[in-house]
Amino acid sequence: MLRLRHRSTAFIAQTSLRDRIRASRLADMTAGGGQAKVQHDSVGGPMLELSTVLPAITAAFLASLVEVVEAFTIVLAVGLTQGWRPAFAGTILGLVALALIVVVLAPLLALAPLQLLQFLIGALLILFGLRWLRKAILRASGHLALHDEERAFAKETDNLRHHAHNKRANYLAGLAAFNAVLLEGLEVVFIVLAVGVGHGVVAWASLGAAAAVVVVLAIGLAVRKPLAKIPENALKFVVGLMLTSFGIFWTGEGLGVEWPGADLSLVGILVLFIIVSAAMVMRLRPRRRAQLKVVK
Amino acid sequence: MNARVKTVLDELAGLFVDDGSLAAFAVVLILIIAGAVKIMNVPPIWGGLALLVGCVAILVESLLRATRTGKK
Repeated sequence: MLRLRHRSTAFIAQTSLRDRIRASRLADMTAGGGQAKVQHDSVGGPMLELSTVLPAITAAFLASLVEVVEAFTIVLAVGLTQGWRPAFAGTILGLVALALIVVVLAPLLALAPLQLLQFLIGALLILFGLRWLRKAILRASGHLALHDEERAFAKETDNLRHHAHNKRANYLAGLAAFNAVLLEGLEVVFIVLAVGVGHGVVAWASLGAAAAVVVVLAIGLAVRKPLAKIPENALKFVVGLMLTSFGIFWTGEGLGVEWPGADLSLVGILVLFIIVSAAMVMRLRPRRRAQLKVVK
Repeated sequence: MNARVKTVLDELAGLFVDDGSLAAFAVVLILIIAGAVKIMNVPPIWGGLALLVGCVAILVESLLRATRTGKK
């Protein structure tokens, strides 16, 4: 029900944005020099759709996979140590809070001028993407420990057992589930809006996120253990690369940049960051080995 | 209640800020480029290229600093 509501709100935002994008393109065509634009649009239309929709779905799916696994780990720890009632209560309250945020946020996004929206969301995506990319490179080169879902699960379980005899144990357990769902969910909502809103593909991005929720829940319910096998750092690496590329592309579009090759320049930006990231991992690995030798 | 609000705000800020200097450099870069394009009429494509190169430089600087100083 909540998911349906979320999707319908996202769809409303997407529809109105799509109309505004079409209107701004029409204005471009009628404002002069229209012939070239018409030809570009009529030839590049389907390519633009595919090249916009696929990265949005992929980024939303992969990023949501990481976040949903983290939330699932906490909810599972709550459910197994304190019972499923506080786990479900916290999860449902977290989802309600998330739905409220989306219901309030989506109409506001539809009111803002498109270029301003692209600029602001692009800037936030740059911050978000660079943060993920930085962490993924540090982890891949051995400077940061890999995120361990089993350890996170054990830590949360210990914490809850410590409070097990406390009168407020159920409340604390529910709160832990609520916090996990709300905070990880906020990241999912931000990613979906950020990768979707710039080109009016919020509904597609929501679909990617919903698919991630289904995948994690299906695997999680089947194994009933923390999903430690999911290669979180590799996912974060890919998502960090995609979000940073989206961020630079949209901030540029918000400033009026006409990127060479239009949407395909996203691929060029992505390739540049892949090369830089791979080079940094290779460069930083020997440095880490040298540091370890000195410690020994 | 205040502590809880602070925790939530910290978590929200944490979505975007890990290394404070990286975030600060990125914000300054974006603002300078926006000012150059919108106020000083620098061609937008040059602004876009500067943004791309600047983001790469900020990421590399942050990584080198993190491994040198041990601040992760």
